Amino acid sequence: MSRLARLLIIALLGGGVATTAVGPAGAQQVASNVAGKLGLGRPALPEEIKAWDTDVRPDGKGLPAGKGTVKQGDAIFQEKCASCHGEFGQGVGRYPVLAGGIGTLKADRPDKTIGSFWPDASTVFDYIKRAMPFGNAQSLTNDEAYALTAYILSMSDIITDENFELNEKSFTSIKMPNASAFYEDDRDTSEKHFWKKDPCMKDCGPPPKVIGRAMSVDVTPDSKAGPKVD
Amino acid sequence: MSDKPSADFLNRRRFLGAAGLAGASVALSSVQGAAGEAGKPDPLITHVQDWNRYLGDGVQSRPYGSPSKFEKDVVRRDVSWLTASPESSVNFTPLHQLDGIITPSGVCFERHHGGIAEINPADHRLMINGLVDKPLVFTMEDIKRMPRVNKVHFLECAANSGMEWRGAQLNGCQFTHGMIHNLMYTGVPLKVLLDEAGLKPNVKWLMLEGADASGMNRSLPIEKALDDVLIAFAMNGEALRPEQGYPLRAVIPGWQGNLWVKWLRRIEAGDQPWQTREETSKYTDLMPDGRSRKHTFVMDAKSVVTNPSPQAPLKHKGRNVLSGIAWSGRGTIKRVDVTLDGGRNWQAARIDGPVLDKSMTRFYVDLDWNGQEMMIQSRAMDSTGYVQPTKDELRKVRGVNSIYHNNGIQTWLVRASGETENVEIG
Repeated sequence: MSRLARLLIIALLGGGVATTAVGPAGAQQVASNVAGKLGLGRPALPEEIKAWDTDVRPDGKGLPAGKGTVKQGDAIFQEKCASCHGEFGQGVGRYPVLAGGIGTLKADRPDKTIGSFWPDASTVFDYIKRAMPFGNAQSLTNDEAYALTAYILSMSDIITDENFELNEKSFTSIKMPNASAFYEDDRDTSEKHFWKKDPCMKDCGPPPKVIGRAMSVDVTPDSKAGPKVD
Repeated sequence: MSDKPSADFLNRRRFLGAAGLAGASVALSSVQGAAGEAGKPDPLITHVQDWNRYLGDGVQSRPYGSPSKFEKDVVRRDVSWLTASPESSVNFTPLHQLDGIITPSGVCFERHHGGIAEINPADHRLMINGLVDKPLVFTMEDIKRMPRVNKVHFLECAANSGMEWRGAQLNGCQFTHGMIHNLMYTGVPLKVLLDEAGLKPNVKWLMLEGADASGMNRSLPIEKALDDVLIAFAMNGEALRPEQGYPLRAVIPGWQGNLWVKWLRRIEAGDQPWQTREETSKYTDLMPDGRSRKHTFVMDAKSVVTNPSPQAPLKHKGRNVLSGIAWSGRGTIKRVDVTLDGGRNWQAARIDGPVLDKSMTRFYVDLDWNGQEMMIQSRAMDSTGYVQPTKDELRKVRGVNSIYHNNGIQTWLVRASGETENVEIG
């Protein structure tokens, strides 16, 4: 290689280093400007936050402007929801039942529905707005979501007047029947006896008997085609 | 120049080879049937096999490798009657066909609420907003420029074993315990991302939100978020699988799977929980008094014997390997005991492989089986001293309608034939 060529390569390499140095040096500068931060990401614009931040809390935070009545909700429900949830919210196939079951939570077979179980009406609005109708999410207007929420709550007599208008102001007047029946995880105290120093290792009780068999329930997929013992 | 025989040539050679052996093949199968019989040589040894003579596929015939065709039964399975539609449903990890502690990526159980979102990573955005100094948007490129860590953790659905509260229902540990997997994740500590946006002092909860058609959203206490939560983009050394939230998911070590929001697109900071559908109507635990526990995030210590189990019966008398897995959302597994007589007498199992925080741990009992009936159970103990309870002990506190968090001791009945059943004993 000629001396000239070598000089050229060195010059090019040097230039390259100089150019790329702007990146790391710049990043370091940003990082030092914001006290230990990486300087990655960009500001979220108000329009972007508005587009994604649709969540609603029990205290009404996040509720958009809008309105809808039970009656309006009934019409929308029959068109867009009844094919899965049934005309009266009774559920089609294994799709969720929306109403009924109030007073069954202590029963052997409790019926957990929006009316009997859900603690907050805001959850109904939040979920409808983000995930319903199933397969066509985020297609409902705010007015439609208010109307549907009103209609669904009326199915469980939580709203009784079919002309009641649900909107961002009337929303927090709704009280759900099961609202006070939830409490914080208490396993550390109510199940303290599961923390045992020395679990029994020898002669721990009478010989056990089989009292139930999955095979007699017979709900396992392909159980007939299961592996064979050779 | 072709130094590689054509496919036709290879097929012809194989055909001729087979024809040459045709006379012997009848005898061969009968010998095969008697393989191991004293004095009769095994033709698999005395005859040259095709794979021993002819060239196999070359490199790059399988640019992304798959398991052997003889492993085609090692697959996720579902229980179609459980859910209304396959887009909002679950399938199960084939635990009885796996070993070690790492679940292969392709058989990790799936739980979707709006089907598998297929997202080009170039089109994915992660937003942080709410009670922060500076709401931010990150691209995947941004996230991959942040300091990252590698952690092995189990993900268990809170509803794992949920069908078994009233007694033995499903005949296979894939179905009774298969809503779990254990992977190595690569990701960025959530704290790093939150520090970029700057949390306001009054932040107590975050809401994580997915980009899928269910818009999955869950509230997460800030203490946990700042402790060990990761925002992961890789599992087992490669990009997340689409079923597991590609390109970005939350990893919430030791806590119920539903919180591990997949296709993660947004984190909102707030001062109280949002009370979303998945943390009120679902994933709350109905108690016998009609009230419900909420925020039952931690997964209690649990274990199961994966072999033998109904889908993996015992096939041989004499020497056998009893194998299983144990895990705890509160820490590491300290000990696993195994009983063969339904809980009267126990022995400590042999733990093998890494024992990691909030990870599956593998255990074995090297077993001599003389054909006697066995009632096999395993009992996990974790680093906090928690001992996996029996199903009856659990029912005494929780009744039978709490659906979630069934970590009761599982019983498999092994019959003299080796056939193994899911049973309830008392």
